[in-house]
Amino acid sequence: MQSICLHIFVDLIETECGDEIQKLIKKFIHTKGAERVKKDKWYNNQLFPWLLPIVVVLLWQVLGDRGLIKSTMLPTPLEVVEAGKNLFQTGELQKHVYISTERAIIGFFIGGTIGFLLGLFNGTVLFLEKLIDTSIQMIRTIPHLALIPLVILWFGIGESAKIFLVAVGVMFPIYINTFNGIKNVDYKLIEMGKVYGMSKWQLFTNIILPGAMPNILVGIRYALGVTWISLIVAETIGADAGIGYLATTAREFMQMDIVVLTIVLYAILGKLSDFIAKVCEQRLLKWNPAYRKN
Amino acid sequence: MFGIELKNVGKRFGANEVLRDIDLSIPKGSFTAIVGKSGCGKSTLLRVIAGLEEVTSGSLAYTGAEAKKSNIRIMFQDDRLLPWKNILKNIAIGGVNKVDAEIALEKVGLRDKKGDWPDELSGGQKQRVALARALASSPDVLLFDEPLGALDALTRMDMQHLMEGLWQEQHFTSILVTHDVSEAVYLADRVIVLDEGGVKLDQEIDLGRPRERDDKFTSYEKKILDQIVGG
Ligand SMILES: Nc1ncnc2c1ncn2[C@@H]1O[C@H](COP(=O)(O)OP(=O)(O)OP(=O)(O)O)[C@@H](O)[C@H]1O
Ligand SMILES: [Mg+2]
Repeated sequence: MQSICLHIFVDLIETECGDEIQKLIKKFIHTKGAERVKKDKWYNNQLFPWLLPIVVVLLWQVLGDRGLIKSTMLPTPLEVVEAGKNLFQTGELQKHVYISTERAIIGFFIGGTIGFLLGLFNGTVLFLEKLIDTSIQMIRTIPHLALIPLVILWFGIGESAKIFLVAVGVMFPIYINTFNGIKNVDYKLIEMGKVYGMSKWQLFTNIILPGAMPNILVGIRYALGVTWISLIVAETIGADAGIGYLATTAREFMQMDIVVLTIVLYAILGKLSDFIAKVCEQRLLKWNPAYRKN
Repeated sequence: MFGIELKNVGKRFGANEVLRDIDLSIPKGSFTAIVGKSGCGKSTLLRVIAGLEEVTSGSLAYTGAEAKKSNIRIMFQDDRLLPWKNILKNIAIGGVNKVDAEIALEKVGLRDKKGDWPDELSGGQKQRVALARALASSPDVLLFDEPLGALDALTRMDMQHLMEGLWQEQHFTSILVTHDVSEAVYLADRVIVLDEGGVKLDQEIDLGRPRERDDKFTSYEKKILDQIVGG
């Protein structure tokens, strides 16, 4: 397992990071070399973790082919792939994925920015914290998806409704984590910065922001999950385009292969955004040994 | 360089009177050590001098032509390095440029570590980096709050040599808080014993440098230790 991680990490490092880090990582791997060899058991092979999913998919295919699973209940993997191919050729697939991704990005960006700025100001200005924080903590306990009826009444089922819902969902985790991150920055480091002649702005960029960064990134990763969940719900309830729309119309026409395809699409997009967040984490937190060694 | 004048300085936290009636005149370029039991107010006194705490009574003044608070640096007991900056960038903070940072790093003998992360260094190396950071801005006054407290005996001795050498070279005004009487006598021209927030003994150390741990040295040690422990 360790060797797989290292391999992937080395690749990542080689493409992503500068010289200094590369040297550092290589040094680390070098020192751990002996340990690595010892742990090279057969199940440490890179492909081993993929064995189970592959077997499951194959089994699913075979059972479908034999008619043991009805196509109307669950289409076979090949049928799903075929459906994807057809939609791709007509350009539908790209269109819907594009629209959903666009909504996700815009909503995430708006909600993230508001949450981040609120967290920032409430975390640094005591007056604002006293004024605003309690109210936010109260509102935050409302599940944002409970707002759907209200949102539909306000915005109809247009783009703004979906973006609003995503933004509201994203705002709170980013706010809470930014706020806590800033509040928990080691006070001793801030004091050091003051003694060593840092201006307020320097204190912020050199100490407060990097100190809060691990928390902020946790917030971002959580918020990405929220983004897709909000979008799935919002698009399923009312939309004229997007993956959720694709799913709803497919359901009406009993096109099971497309229904399953949309689920797979959401999964891929979710995984992809999580991967991007992870790469950001590794780059921004490379100073942290926990992120250097994984 | 500038000196420090404390007149009747008192400091209380709520009902807790931590410093009382402190009269001290610390000439520029001198090396003063402050010793005393844990909790007697050493760190508080240092923080008052650095302007991190306001005095509740009396007055604090910096004496000298271009005396200003921004030319005071503290070296803390913990290294307080920023974990997200490499060694060189840790030194080049608050307006210090990279060239000066590198020179300072050279002085503490850690030039080849400039690209490392702080957590890759040993405790002693980190404190040397902290010292380099304190020196890099060419401070007028350098306050040490038990900077060697967490180090082993051999590393401590290395660091003491280093601090003495750098002080002799640059002659910043130094105030060292320590619980190690031997360290105080080894480094300082003057040792102040603090007891329950007041000055109990103010002892000149009249020894040549580099200091030998001879009879005279030991008698100073004994005298100071007696004051700390005894009534
Ligand atoms: N910010 C603060 N608020 C309240 N009380 C404080 C504060 N800082 C220090 N004190 C109190 O002042 C007293 C002296 O503390 P100080 O840190 O100056 O002691 P010290 O001599 O440095 O001790 P040590 O050798 O253990 O470091 C203690 O009783 C402590 O509780
Ligand atoms: Mg102390």
